[in-house]
Amino acid sequence: MRLRAISKTFRAGGMEVRAVDGLALDIARGGITGLIGPDGAGKTTLMRLATGLLTPDPNASSATVHRSRQQRDPTVELRVLGIDVLAEPMRVQETIGYMPQRFGLYEDLSVRRNLELYADLHGVAHAARASRFAELLELTGLGRFTERLAGRLSGGMKQKLGVACALVRPPPLLLLDEPTVGVDPVSRRDLWSIVQAMARDNGVTVLVSTAYLDEAEHCDDIVLLHRGRLLGQGPPRRFSEAMRGRCFHVSAGSMRRRALQLRLSRDPAVLDVVLEGAGARVVARAPGALSLPALAAEVSDLVIRPVEPRFEDAFIDRLAAAVGSGRAPAPLPTAATTSRPGSGASREQPSKATHAVRPGGDAPPIDAPAIDAPVIEVSGLQRRFGRFVAVKGLDFEVRRGEIFGLLGANGAGKSTTFRMLCGLLPASAGKVRVAGLDMRRSAPRARGRLGYMAQRFSMYGDLSVLQNLRFFSSAYGLRGEHQRARIDWALATFELEDIQRERSGDLPLGFKQRLAMAAALLHEPEILFLDEPTSGVDALVRREFWQRINALAESGTTILVTTHFMDEANYCDRLVIMADGEVLAAGTPMALIERARRPQQPEPTFEDAFIALISAHRKASEQAA
Amino acid sequence: MSDAHQGTRTDYRDTVDTVGSIAARRMRLLGLIRKETQQIKRDPSSLAIAFVLPVVLLLLFGYGVSLDARNLGIAFVVEQPDADTASLLGAFRRSPLFEPREYRDIQTAERAFSARQVFALVWLRSDFARRLRGHGDAPIGVIVNGVDANQARIGTGYIQGVWRKWLAGWLREQGIDGAPPVVLEPRIWFNAAVRSRDFLVPGLIAILMTLIGALLTSMVVAREWERGTMEALLVTPIRIPELMLGKLAPYFALGMGSMLLCVAVGVGLFGIPLRGSVLVLLATSALFMLVALGMGLLISIIAKNQYVAGQMAIITTFLPAFILSGFIFAIGSMPAPIQWISHIVPARYFVAILQTLFLAGDVWRIILFNSAALLVMMVLLLGRARGSFRKRLD
Amino acid sequence: MDVVARILSLALKELLALLRDTKSRLILIGPPILQLFVFGYGATFDLNRVPIAVYNEDRSAPARELVARVVGSPNFRLIREIGHDGEIAPLIDNRRVLAVLHLGPHFSQHLLHGEPAPVQLLIDGRNSNTALVLLGYVREIVTTFGTDWRSAHGQAPPPAVLKVHALYNQDLRSQWFIVPGIIGILTLVVTTIVTALSVARERELGTFDQLLVTPLTPAEILLGKALPSVLIGLIEGGFILLATLFWFEVPLRGELGALLLGMLLFIFSAVGIGLMISSLATTQQQGILGAFLFLVPAVILSGFATPIENMPEAVQHLTVINPLRWFLIVARGVLLEGDGYASLANTYWPMALIALISALIAAWMFRHRMA
Repeated sequence: MRLRAISKTFRAGGMEVRAVDGLALDIARGGITGLIGPDGAGKTTLMRLATGLLTPDPNASSATVHRSRQQRDPTVELRVLGIDVLAEPMRVQETIGYMPQRFGLYEDLSVRRNLELYADLHGVAHAARASRFAELLELTGLGRFTERLAGRLSGGMKQKLGVACALVRPPPLLLLDEPTVGVDPVSRRDLWSIVQAMARDNGVTVLVSTAYLDEAEHCDDIVLLHRGRLLGQGPPRRFSEAMRGRCFHVSAGSMRRRALQLRLSRDPAVLDVVLEGAGARVVARAPGALSLPALAAEVSDLVIRPVEPRFEDAFIDRLAAAVGSGRAPAPLPTAATTSRPGSGASREQPSKATHAVRPGGDAPPIDAPAIDAPVIEVSGLQRRFGRFVAVKGLDFEVRRGEIFGLLGANGAGKSTTFRMLCGLLPASAGKVRVAGLDMRRSAPRARGRLGYMAQRFSMYGDLSVLQNLRFFSSAYGLRGEHQRARIDWALATFELEDIQRERSGDLPLGFKQRLAMAAALLHEPEILFLDEPTSGVDALVRREFWQRINALAESGTTILVTTHFMDEANYCDRLVIMADGEVLAAGTPMALIERARRPQQPEPTFEDAFIALISAHRKASEQAA
Repeated sequence: MSDAHQGTRTDYRDTVDTVGSIAARRMRLLGLIRKETQQIKRDPSSLAIAFVLPVVLLLLFGYGVSLDARNLGIAFVVEQPDADTASLLGAFRRSPLFEPREYRDIQTAERAFSARQVFALVWLRSDFARRLRGHGDAPIGVIVNGVDANQARIGTGYIQGVWRKWLAGWLREQGIDGAPPVVLEPRIWFNAAVRSRDFLVPGLIAILMTLIGALLTSMVVAREWERGTMEALLVTPIRIPELMLGKLAPYFALGMGSMLLCVAVGVGLFGIPLRGSVLVLLATSALFMLVALGMGLLISIIAKNQYVAGQMAIITTFLPAFILSGFIFAIGSMPAPIQWISHIVPARYFVAILQTLFLAGDVWRIILFNSAALLVMMVLLLGRARGSFRKRLD
Repeated sequence: MDVVARILSLALKELLALLRDTKSRLILIGPPILQLFVFGYGATFDLNRVPIAVYNEDRSAPARELVARVVGSPNFRLIREIGHDGEIAPLIDNRRVLAVLHLGPHFSQHLLHGEPAPVQLLIDGRNSNTALVLLGYVREIVTTFGTDWRSAHGQAPPPAVLKVHALYNQDLRSQWFIVPGIIGILTLVVTTIVTALSVARERELGTFDQLLVTPLTPAEILLGKALPSVLIGLIEGGFILLATLFWFEVPLRGELGALLLGMLLFIFSAVGIGLMISSLATTQQQGILGAFLFLVPAVILSGFATPIENMPEAVQHLTVINPLRWFLIVARGVLLEGDGYASLANTYWPMALIALISALIAAWMFRHRMA
């Protein structure tokens, strides 16, 4: 693939957005190329340009003034497999395989019918089909579900079917646009092994875009995009090697992880800090030994050891350089700063109390749950849909100020549990108490004390930022002076002042997420429910997001979260892993990782632990069946 | 590198020769048609529009909607009953069109009139008998409710008719020559019984085919854009004409099926005559179906979202087909600007063909002229759709 | 107090969301105005300048006189005078003329001898309604001609004649009948669609869950959704009412208050039915389809264009659950017949009942579906 001087401009609401900006790029035949970049980097636009679905803009900077519309600008060049896409889009489309972001499946057709349709369209001879389908079904593990409607498949299976459809006739080039968004780690691993098999055994060249930075390591070549420009290209190792000597693991037994992270993020020598294992992983601004004199003076048992660099570190580094500041936004002031005078006192107490019982010194090494009464109590929770039991008797407790994770593969019953906890779905059996209130009897009152942030952007897109905040604050019963104060707080804390009159549907994803979070916090909820809050969001925004969540938890808000990002599990104080409506394991992330430690796997990551658990469970249930 | 490419080459052997070959084209087309058919089978709302709505509308129009006045309530205020008034009332009673009621005083009758219990009020004063035998030209007051102007006009005509007939008979009995000098002998061609059902049901076929062709088609194509499946389709070897044909063929069949259902119900259940040839009916319906599909396709290309497509289809195709096609309201009587607008309503031409085919027969002038108009529209619409349907997203 | 504030804020949000979106704003404003004028002018049963042909085989003065009277009427327009039988069929078949007036060669002979002189009128019956109306026009002219003839030739006039007087709409203008109906139809269509889609749109966009986790109860949500629809219905209905009175110049003979009360109750019932569709539909397509399946029969069986009295007994009974049927009585009653509160009381309570029952069903289904 060869691109020269490729630009693409979109017009949206009077604004011109340059999705791809004068890109010059070569992608070699063979192997897997990863297209990586934050939200709005132009990944999808690039894919669509390559398929001929979009035509590039004429080259504005080129000296040749294009004389007429028909006359093509010779400096603009776009070739795929040696074919000129601009001249012969049909020939490209005849040759390549392409899976768009939403997989392009017909949800009301069965798996087999979807495959047959694409076989017809690609002209796969009838005689060759049986063996080809068998091969693909074997590869994707969809053999048992050929008659099931595509719409009834789980997210992971849909994605595999999408890939299978793009592969009915093995194409020399396969384009996959964000194939792993919203898919659990097990399915993602499956998908990658399919893609790798295709590249290895059939010689298919694969171009795949992704928001998961850990997936970069699966690729042979990486194209890093930012705001339509090329930020770097090369094998992933070359990216991470450049970071060697700048990555460290910092831990301090006497300091809680979140406090440690907060301190580290304020340190001028630190570029990036994320929680990992018992401590934090730090990327320094400059190579060389990391010295943190201020912190070392304060904390006696500070341990700093160098670690292997990862692609993600390089990504953050390059992006920080491109953005300029290189610093994630200021951490969130505690939610209680503008508390209402009357009730504020009582609200503030618990958060102070949590601080009080967790002085630096005597708390257990890893974040111990606060000694408060549980805020969420779940016992014997069940949910049936007809004869199907989605949730089979759950028991757990969440304490005040905890970040509690709910993890599981697609279809494990997480969302159902989640919906029952925030009162969107009544339980079939069992008990749910949230903030001391029985969800069954006093749901509206309980709902007034919890905040909720949905997986999809769920603010009113037609309304402005301010109008959304006004509406949700009134919906939670805030009025008058107090309402104004809270809205001002939200605008200030989430840095939304400058865009308060904008239509919220037009905002970039990061702002949308801040708005959604601001709206969920307006009424100072005791508990915040986050349903896959970072799905489809790039690494930068995710960091910013977690920083705010951490600060919030520090101020005493309880947080319940579901996620597909395994590195995010590290942010949880405790979590449960679900499968088939049951709890497979529960505990702190460290304890779970500890359980996965094997001789052949001495340094497991949380993802390894997760996959080991789920795979063992699947094997067991298959044997039982 | 070259080895890898060799690998894919071998795989090409199980593909049907080249993408441009007839066999490959046929396979793609059939594949699309099969897919579309299966989707129709699975989607209850398409089937509802194609088969339930026609039946409901046919039954409503066939049984429920009628412009033919009947059971008109008439209040007769008979101040002094005698043989003459009894005879007059008897004449109205015998007519199936009227339901006369007798009142003794004008007050109660007026109450019934203003409460809309009766349509007309005939006041036979106490001197009715004397007036009948008097010098003539004695006025007898009749009041009709003029709110529904059309009903009032037709009802008045019926009342006058019964009255004239009774008067002529009465005069004959009295031995007076009162025969009117001129008698009008109406002959209503094509629909001697003047049943409104006979002209409403054929017109309804045009409305329903518009609904299926434009509303349903525009919404299903818009759905493909919305769900992102169109993007996946575009990046296959499929050609635009194949894509259009594959989309249109199943809905063409659906529309024709719905048309045949309507014809069967109309002729079989309602006894509407079909005087023209079935072949012409099929041919012109097919032509109109293509026009409707062209509109649907064009709308979906412009709208690309179901909500807007649905609204656009209702506003630009369904409503004009209902009001400006001559289906109920006669185009000739509309103000000139509205008549001009009606020329761009395809249903107008098809309604003319249908009403002629069913009631009059194969009147070639009308069939050919209107078919020509439809043909021009079809070429324009499908051509425009073909032109703006690109394998592009921008 | 809290409850009221919450509902109001939800209603405000709904209105803002509707009005900020260009597409839905267009759908609220454009089509109704377009339809108002197309219906107002296009939907007419009156006949104007209908093309006819005359086949007059009798050249005498009385024959010419009769022909002149018919052709001179503003309802007709002479397309052609024809000379022989064979020309009749093609003219009618091809829809060149709607009718042919035929006077035989012995017309005046009969007339002078005092025998009934026949006049043939051949009408194209493909549109039976037009045929009937046309026949009525010609019959009136011919009857007047006959009466005049008798009096001119010293014959006794018929002993009595029916003098028909059309009350409420003296000139029998279709527009006076149709336009008040449009107030009802457009208000119904806009209100039902806006309400029917309000929940489905939120479900599709994913904002509905966000709404459900607030302390708003289902009843509050329904009320908050209903209020803007009522407001939009009132504005829409009010606007069309103004156009009816001042553009189409339909008289206002009764009490305006009685009409407004009827409109309010009518909008309540439309909103109730809209909410019912809304609580059932999970997607916007289902919402549109549901609204369509309700609106089409509601309009057809309302008496808007075709009288309810002409419908079969069973269908007539069915129309009592159609709010449009009741509102049309109110609109026409107040505008044309001069009705007031008292005489319309029997239309108010059915509409109120429809509104109440549909809202209750909506609330029940809403609660039921969430469980």
